[in-house]
Amino acid sequence: MLKTKKTSRFNLPALAAAGTLASGLLLASTAQAFTVISFGGASGEAMQKAYYGPFQEQTEAELIPGDYNGALSRIRAMVETGNVSWDLVEVESPELVRGCFEGMFEIVDWERLGLENQLIDAAVEECGVGTFVWSTVMAYDADRLDEAPQTWADFWNVEKFPGTRGLRKGAKYTLEFALMADGVPADEVYDVLRTSAGVDRAFAKLDELKDHIQWWEAGAQPPQWLVAGDVVMSSSYNGRIAAAQEEGQNLAIAWQGSVYDLDYWAIVSGSDHVDTAYDFIRFASQAENQAVYASEIPYGPVNPDAIAELSSEQAARMPTADANLEGALAMDTAFWVDYGEELEQRFNAWASKL
Amino acid sequence: MPRVMSATATEEVTGRALKKQLRQAERLKKIKALALVLPLVIFLLLVFVQPISTMLARSVDNSELMEVMPQTAAAISDWTGEGLPSEAVMAAFAEELQTSRRGGGLGRVGRRLNYEDPGFRGLLMRTLRRLPDEPAAAWQTVLPELDPAWGETSTWQAIQRAASPTTDRYWLAAVDRERSSSGEVQPVAEEQQVYLSVFERTLVIAGSVTLLCLLLGFPLAYLLATLPTGTSNLLMIFVLLPFWTSLLVRTASWIVLLQTGGVINGGLMGLGLIDEPLQLVFNRFGVLVAMVHILLPFMILPLYSVMKGISPSYQRAAISLGCHPFAAFWKVYVPQTISGVAAGTLLVFIMALGYYITPALVGGASDQMVSYYVAYYTNTTNNWGMAAALGSLLLVVTLVLYLVYHRLVNQQQLARS
Amino acid sequence: MALQPYASPVEKAWYWFLRIFCALVLLFLMLPVLVIIPLSFNGGSFLTYPLDGFSLRWYQEIFDPQGPWLAALKNSLIVAPFATLLSMVLGTLAAVGLNRADFPGKGLILALLISPMVVPLVIVAVGMYFFFAQVGLLNSYSGLILAHTVLGVPFVVITVNATLQGFDFNQMRAGASLGADPLTVFFKVVLPQILPGVASGGLFAFATSFDEVVVALFIASPAERTLPIQMFSGIRENISPAIAAMASIMIALAVLLLLVMEILRRRSERLKGEAAVS
Repeated sequence: MLKTKKTSRFNLPALAAAGTLASGLLLASTAQAFTVISFGGASGEAMQKAYYGPFQEQTEAELIPGDYNGALSRIRAMVETGNVSWDLVEVESPELVRGCFEGMFEIVDWERLGLENQLIDAAVEECGVGTFVWSTVMAYDADRLDEAPQTWADFWNVEKFPGTRGLRKGAKYTLEFALMADGVPADEVYDVLRTSAGVDRAFAKLDELKDHIQWWEAGAQPPQWLVAGDVVMSSSYNGRIAAAQEEGQNLAIAWQGSVYDLDYWAIVSGSDHVDTAYDFIRFASQAENQAVYASEIPYGPVNPDAIAELSSEQAARMPTADANLEGALAMDTAFWVDYGEELEQRFNAWASKL
Repeated sequence: MPRVMSATATEEVTGRALKKQLRQAERLKKIKALALVLPLVIFLLLVFVQPISTMLARSVDNSELMEVMPQTAAAISDWTGEGLPSEAVMAAFAEELQTSRRGGGLGRVGRRLNYEDPGFRGLLMRTLRRLPDEPAAAWQTVLPELDPAWGETSTWQAIQRAASPTTDRYWLAAVDRERSSSGEVQPVAEEQQVYLSVFERTLVIAGSVTLLCLLLGFPLAYLLATLPTGTSNLLMIFVLLPFWTSLLVRTASWIVLLQTGGVINGGLMGLGLIDEPLQLVFNRFGVLVAMVHILLPFMILPLYSVMKGISPSYQRAAISLGCHPFAAFWKVYVPQTISGVAAGTLLVFIMALGYYITPALVGGASDQMVSYYVAYYTNTTNNWGMAAALGSLLLVVTLVLYLVYHRLVNQQQLARS
Repeated sequence: MALQPYASPVEKAWYWFLRIFCALVLLFLMLPVLVIIPLSFNGGSFLTYPLDGFSLRWYQEIFDPQGPWLAALKNSLIVAPFATLLSMVLGTLAAVGLNRADFPGKGLILALLISPMVVPLVIVAVGMYFFFAQVGLLNSYSGLILAHTVLGVPFVVITVNATLQGFDFNQMRAGASLGADPLTVFFKVVLPQILPGVASGGLFAFATSFDEVVVALFIASPAERTLPIQMFSGIRENISPAIAAMASIMIALAVLLLLVMEILRRRSERLKGEAAVS
């Protein structure tokens, strides 16, 4: 039993020494500067380049960038405790509507912002200012398919296009795509989904394809799968597909029936830096800065003037290009805010049944 | 006989004193032992139990309406639930709807009422927009004119359900139950039933992962504990290395290995063993492989640290007494490892119960576990009542399983000694 | 457990079966690690084979002194050791206490001590946020360390508890009767015997802190972003191959560290051996 001494390669005293050494760093953090929270990653880097850096240079304001995973819970906790350390956050539209209704975000004073007629309509919200447009599209590997699929009906057609398909694991987007595959025109999709017969219809359509679907969770997965040949076509965020194209992958996008949505800037209720936040939003909505962002990552600018500053190639990849908007569907945020939980639960029950 | 005590009396006295001393010593030992446990208990009560229990209490919390619309809540609780509520209720409601916009109160009520009916948030918004400051007639006629929903009994019943201080709706929902309009507990519609199967699935996955970890980990820990220290330390590096790579990295690399165009399928096809790629990931198989990989070290190390302390002489003695080596291993060695097996299975099982990032990334749509829904309700929809109910239920189930398990292991050990 | 020359064929078969089986398990453990290293040199931004040319761009990204990776690594290296140390001290004391004497409610206390592993992390995160907001521990290293201590402590309790099952507490009494004070008894008699348990528990606690993203995301500000937060950053669009580069570096460091420890151990054993001879 006393043999255990031999395992003393776990060096306890050394660990303790390192501990004491680092104890000098155990001080609470300093006073809060203007903090901007985005989704990070490639988009965060583009924001650093287009917005954070130049804004700091121009205004000499201190800006702390950070990122999160889109969780509303932290913002709610901050507002409930009155301990607001995030000033400006990038939020997706359902979270914006939900948070706005629940008083988590400041109501935007559009007059004070002075941007009213400069941005596309969808960018103007009660509690948020749109910052870019992104889209969930149908993507495929052009090298593997002889004929290009055009619509969601093609996506459902496993005889003509054999192989596995990728779809996002969840009700959002999936139900819309199913209805469009079933012949519902884009502008009627949400009217149909608001009826229980419409929901049944969407799930019935999904039943047809169930055996051929591989569900994805992170946005990184669909382009990865397309490149690796795991799926022949997949729904995907358009930004990653464009990035893959840039790297020489022959991935293609069918814009018909894509669902687009905006990410917004929202000021957290109770922030100490509301003035700076307004300055920042104004700065980040200028055409030239939006153009810098859009040339870094193919998400559509909300300031239409920015399109003019992009090359025609770049502009063609944007969800906001006229050709791409044809037959596209704007995500109905209010619908998902109201029916999201119920439909996600039903989706999960459906998915569990083999 | 004052001076001479009888021998038996002396014995009795000293015996009693001894017993007393023994009891005292025993009590002192207990106090000392408690004093060692106490710092951690206090720490956890303060930093863990207290904060978490306030969070878990939200699973029965129903205070939104009472706090934001106190008069409405008080007035409607007297309503019989038939026809339409009185003018007083409607007037209180109309007035408090007007003032609730401030400070996000309407949002809290709207969120709560939306659980009763998905259209409620929209109804409140529409009504608020058209609400007059002074009604032209009684609120009982004005409100239904603003929106026909206010003329329906079910709308007001929903408000009444939200008016009591506590609710069992989240707990019922967590086991696929709900209350009918007459207040009876009934199963939810079939296409909405999901959580019972999710709980079952969570236990099945965690159980399979634990079993697989034990099957793979026990022999390896045994070998590592019996090899010379130098060799076993070198091999131990292989066990410890996965620790230094993030969960995300390991999950990503299993996808690289297992996907249809991945390394393993490529290898098998290259060898001519299979003609078509196998579906190895984004299903239950992938979840099990990735989770076993991540949790295996949590089985191996406790086993190893217990096996390291087992003297080989008992087993040798058994063999020299004529016992078959396998029987000696099974009857003499294995029982001594029980505490390691107990610790390892406990760690792996409990950790497996809580995993959701890995199953989300390598599993199919039917492989999601309870924590996934807890995260969904907390982060995405802000339904903390539902998140707390699912989380509490998971906690209760696990702790009950643990106490049963603790008793079983203790009996094993008692039986052994 | 060397193979005896007089071993029967069955024992021989068992001997080889055990070794081959264990080699396969080790291969299983190493496979993902081996697969990820080449990917860190991938020229493209996908975590897939075949590689898209050789490139050091991901290493450049990580070692960029202005970049977020080094700062995140520093933060993790501040938080994890402290959380580990605290969990080890508190957890070991508690495990020793639990095994020294029988008292009522022991099962319940154990259940309490392991409960941080059971409560879903998101709930822990939200609950702690409210608590830390009250006591001013939000957005600080101290808060993060306390939170990770809570999460790490059950591992230490469980592993130390397991090693203590075979421990004879009369040794402590023997030590005390020979005149040693309780601290000396603990460090000279108890600790050496339960060290494997303490060490593996500590290792688990360290790994927990080093891999924990949910709670850290909640109670830390951008200034305290840890390595896992950095790794999960931007996962909505892209899993950056920089995580493969980071993983490769961590693996290299770990191998180096473990090898150096092993060499030191062998040298000290040899020195001891020489001292014994002379």
